[in-house]
Amino acid sequence: MRIRPYFYTLSFLCVTVVLSIAIGSVFIPLTDLGRILLGWLNREPFTEPLKTFAFILTDIRLPRTALILLTGAALGGSGAAYQGLFRNPLADPYLIGVASGAGLGAVLAMSIKWSYSFWGLLAVPVAAFLGALLTVFLVYTLARVGKTIPTTNLILAGVAFGSFATALTTYLMLRSTGELHRAIAWLSGGSSQAGWEPVLAILPFLAIGLGVLLLSGNALNLLQFGDDQAQQMGLPVTRTRTLILLAASLATAAAVSFSGIIGFIGLIVPHVMRLWFGADYRRLLPLSLIGGASSLMLADIIARSVMAPQELPVGIVTALVGAPFFLWVLRRAKNQGFW
Amino acid sequence: MLRIENLSVSYGSRRVLHNISLELYSGEVLALIGPNGAGKSTLVRAVSGVIPVDSGHILTNDLSANRSNDFSRYSLNLLSLSSMQRARCLAVVPQAVSLPPAFTVWETVLMGRTPHLNFLGQVSARDEAIARLALQKVDALDLAERRVGELSGGEQQRVLLARALAQSTPILLLDEPTSNLDLHYQVGFMETVGALAAQDNLAVLVAMHDLNLAARYASRVALLVDGEIKAVGTPRQVLTPELISSAYHLHVQVISHPFVDVPLVLPGDK
Repeated sequence: MRIRPYFYTLSFLCVTVVLSIAIGSVFIPLTDLGRILLGWLNREPFTEPLKTFAFILTDIRLPRTALILLTGAALGGSGAAYQGLFRNPLADPYLIGVASGAGLGAVLAMSIKWSYSFWGLLAVPVAAFLGALLTVFLVYTLARVGKTIPTTNLILAGVAFGSFATALTTYLMLRSTGELHRAIAWLSGGSSQAGWEPVLAILPFLAIGLGVLLLSGNALNLLQFGDDQAQQMGLPVTRTRTLILLAASLATAAAVSFSGIIGFIGLIVPHVMRLWFGADYRRLLPLSLIGGASSLMLADIIARSVMAPQELPVGIVTALVGAPFFLWVLRRAKNQGFW
Repeated sequence: MLRIENLSVSYGSRRVLHNISLELYSGEVLALIGPNGAGKSTLVRAVSGVIPVDSGHILTNDLSANRSNDFSRYSLNLLSLSSMQRARCLAVVPQAVSLPPAFTVWETVLMGRTPHLNFLGQVSARDEAIARLALQKVDALDLAERRVGELSGGEQQRVLLARALAQSTPILLLDEPTSNLDLHYQVGFMETVGALAAQDNLAVLVAMHDLNLAARYASRVALLVDGEIKAVGTPRQVLTPELISSAYHLHVQVISHPFVDVPLVLPGDK
């Protein structure tokens, strides 16, 4: 029971990673993948068509797969954290507006003409993080009644602010002239951002954000009993809440910076993991990271295969699967006291 | 074991507790009674450090010292401790309402060990042994694998008591633990609490509504009205027609239990 959840989810992740590397406008057969791997290990020069395949791998498939992996992990992990933090099954980075706020920050940074260098790229996640923080603060303040944050207030404030930020984002993108192509590429999902730079740019943010989240399983467990009881059991509640909120927002911002706004992963994945493997956040958080990575990977594979060679924005695929699931969760939450 | 000195608490500009002074000894069950809105829950929350206090002290023995009721040795001010340190002195049993239903009983009780764990929250074999013993003491070991949401109110209340016991503190505060229980569970719960206070030499404060349950199971009773302690003493001393009538704005009669030497409070005129 302890090992099995990780075995299942990690196996699924491996399968999706291999598929993600193999599938695309050029299909790389598994046998060739193996031969390239061997070639790298033995440092042998490649002959055609392996040479082309190797180039596609290092410059296109691998960075894209890595970016999707990190983005999915960030969305799944921060989704689980938000749900635990707000004690609300519907809280996810998208629904409470954090993702939209981060998106606004990211587009603002992109509308300024940074050089397309690593440091220019780093400005995007930083701005996204500031946008996410500002959103959390605003939504939190707007939704609060006394010391509590009612579910309906939180969702309403989040949705309202999210729409506002999204509208502003769209306006900015229509207005901007210079770096428009980058903003549009961003909107359709980060897949179009080629190369390793985006991966490297978000890596430090994710390492800190997800690192803190992975350590906060116990604290999130305690918070499920409410702030009073958590504190009576020894948790410094205010400090812990703030830390987890910052970490989750950092992860969300990193995810949004180069992949655009991808809804529903942060909502679905923690729910499925909770249904399958239990409510213990010490397990739920790592499983949501793994689950988020593999499900976004799957969505991305679908997005680039169904209309190949044309690509669907990955957000469309997650929403197509996510929306019905969301409705089902709503229905279930009404019938069963699982939360 | 616990000494509250001149404690005052306000919600906004409204003062809820005025200059409360109260002592709680090891091995006793002190019942805190009083009408709704008198400040019973506020007192529990203030002592457990969940809400800020205006003034006053909450003292306990140094944790390294033996449990004793020698007040000259009281040196630790609970208000100046971190929540982690405080949770090693004092555990709270809240009313079993809106508990997270998906945790198992075992997971819930183990969370009581939080103040004794490192920052990674690693649970040792010793922590598990203490949690198991706590479940045994409240007679709920057979519930360990069940989900909290599947349990009855009485069972949930026992689980919360076990969680507080797992904190291994010398002081236990219970906030209306019997209010939602039927007679069978009320009596069973208070029997358990009384036995724990005696066997483990715990200092137990129970905020409760049922005066007759208080009379039966508490060694002392404190009457809280409008944020002030009106009387403290044995059940016979506090549960008098005069004190109870004026506190609850209701005519009451106090008679003796036919078989046990405790007072019984009944509403009604002569």
